[in-house]
Amino acid sequence: MAAVMTETLPAPAVPAGRPGGSRAWEVIRAGAWRWVVFLLAAIFFLLPLVASFEFSLRDPHGGYSLASYRQFTKMPGFGSALWLSVKLALMAVGITLALLVPTVTLVHLRLPWLRRVVETLTVLPLVIPPIVLVVGVLGAFSSYGPAWLLSSPVNLGFEYVVLALPFAYRSLDAGIGAIDLRTLVEASRSLGGNWATELFRVVLPNLRTAVLGAAVMTVALVLGEFAMASVLLWVTFPVWVVSVAQTQAGVSVAVSMISLLLTWVLLMLLITLGGRRGRQANILGGF
Amino acid sequence: MADDTTDPAGNLAASGVAGSAPRAGEVDAAVEAALSEPGGPVAPGSTGPMDGAVGIEMRDLRRSYGAVRALDGLTLTISPGELVALLGPSGCGKTTALRALAGFERPDSGQLLVGGVDVTGVPANKRGMGMVFQAYSLFPNLTALDNVAFGLRLRRMPARRRRARAGELLELVGLGAQAGQYPHQLSGGQQQRVALARALAIEPRVLLLDEPLSALDAQVRAQLRDEIRSLQSRLGITTLFVTHDQEEALSMADRVGVMRSGRLEQLAAPEIVYGWPETPFVAEFVGTVNRLPGRLIGADTVEVTGQRLPVLEVGAQGLAGDVDVLVRPEAVVVSPVPDGAPTAGPGVLGKVVQRSFRGATTRVQVELPGLARAAVGGRGSAELADLATGDASGLVVADVPTIALGDLAPGAQVRVTLAERAVLVSARA
Repeated sequence: MAAVMTETLPAPAVPAGRPGGSRAWEVIRAGAWRWVVFLLAAIFFLLPLVASFEFSLRDPHGGYSLASYRQFTKMPGFGSALWLSVKLALMAVGITLALLVPTVTLVHLRLPWLRRVVETLTVLPLVIPPIVLVVGVLGAFSSYGPAWLLSSPVNLGFEYVVLALPFAYRSLDAGIGAIDLRTLVEASRSLGGNWATELFRVVLPNLRTAVLGAAVMTVALVLGEFAMASVLLWVTFPVWVVSVAQTQAGVSVAVSMISLLLTWVLLMLLITLGGRRGRQANILGGF
Repeated sequence: MADDTTDPAGNLAASGVAGSAPRAGEVDAAVEAALSEPGGPVAPGSTGPMDGAVGIEMRDLRRSYGAVRALDGLTLTISPGELVALLGPSGCGKTTALRALAGFERPDSGQLLVGGVDVTGVPANKRGMGMVFQAYSLFPNLTALDNVAFGLRLRRMPARRRRARAGELLELVGLGAQAGQYPHQLSGGQQQRVALARALAIEPRVLLLDEPLSALDAQVRAQLRDEIRSLQSRLGITTLFVTHDQEEALSMADRVGVMRSGRLEQLAAPEIVYGWPETPFVAEFVGTVNRLPGRLIGADTVEVTGQRLPVLEVGAQGLAGDVDVLVRPEAVVVSPVPDGAPTAGPGVLGKVVQRSFRGATTRVQVELPGLARAAVGGRGSAELADLATGDASGLVVADVPTIALGDLAPGAQVRVTLAERAVLVSARA
């Protein structure tokens, strides 16, 4: 064998390179186009943010100051509005996960033919305008629903669950698709596990990132949703911000900047956690 | 990857079907020794041989998916402590049989008995069977140790004992040092070892192996194969092993069951399945086989290649006149014909067209101009595909001991005869 291996062919002469100039120019041109597109996109997304930030720093008495940022916590209604939004977010997250994790698991394991149907259903809230949804729900509840539900923000929480469906479902579906769920569940079965073991010891721990993704999406959605809350006359955080904007524009923009920052931190946290676990799929599930 | 090195023994065992032939009584003796020798050469701790290994009985199992019959009246008995391998092409029902035994598939009809008790209606998590899957079955969120301890945790074993026992089992499969690693940090072979340890941790009455080696590369496969086998016979666990790799089945199992369309074609010791296949399907599926035209003379003699050979009774029932004679390559004798030598005598004249060196033997391919019906089936036939031969010529392959090869080079004129032993016949293909 070794004898055969040592027989070497004469190395082919390296072909003389083409004049390098044109090559390099092509590379630069391709790179340049990339930069142009990148810059345009950056301007499109960043300009409004920079402008808002600049506006929030303007002092009514001239010059720049942090006045708006100091002021907003003392504004009437800030605390209660934020608290309502947080409560709604927690409720929506809880219901969404309790509803979707078992559903996605069941669809993947037992009812794969239902997958398309469920997927289509969960996308509906994106297609139906929220305003149609809220008016429809209002109509339905006022004629058939219990009265207490109509007069409590719980009503709004349920609608947020519906709104969050597409995002939460996508995230969980992608997460579950990234693990070999059937084999894992069968392994757990053969070791003596029942359905509760499957759900809490096998599915949930391996969907941690996807569950977190679904939760963050839902929270971000609830903290930013205006139309429904406003129609149902609940002063949630976004509704409060809009109402403040009518009297004190600077403060409202300052508050928006802060809520944007919070959401961004939340997302960063999610991406960091997601990156740590290599096997998980894209946590944003295709969005 | 310390575990991926193959020891010489593993290499030898991997060198082919022929290598496993002389093990006739050895396997049974080893199993018996393992069963009758409590304690045995087993790792320290409580991983001794199973007390009271159980037998398994499948009675007339049937399972259909729409029009496809995955199991069509499968009946199979496995003795306590025995390793039975189910072998067959994909879609033959071997996996369905295993999954039915595991409790993941419900047979449409038929009975499953484990240790004499009907378990047909018992759910999978109450059957107490350890299962090793093809791949990706380790819980990705748990370390190797926690994976092994998973079943013990479900059995509410106290944390300290659980960890100690899981540690022992990891030692048993040679992964004591990897206890703290997560599945994605382990190689494929290591993952399957952990999976094996996890299946053994619950002290299963039955061990189920669902193509556990098929996702591994050849070296690791050969080594792990031998390890699984020795572990299984030391622990004396009744084991059902499903594979499409005949080498695996023949080298590991006490008995091999060859399946086809949801039924068993033959269930016998590896040597029997290889040497005395009961049906043409088994002959062609296991190993390589030559099909030569022959003619039955009476019930127990066949005339083939100018010779008269005794016939194995299994295939001959109901046949008469023209038949195909099925012969393994090692039973074909190829001898050179010197120029100008007389052409009379037994055998068929031919010309060597190719030879391929395989170590102890060399496979010689001979073109038979006078015997157009001669053909090669089974595993070896794939190697012939690219060799263009005249339509009028048949082909035969022979395994010749390399030291006796002489000058059987391509182009040599040869005489082909068959070894004097009983042959299997089948209806003309």
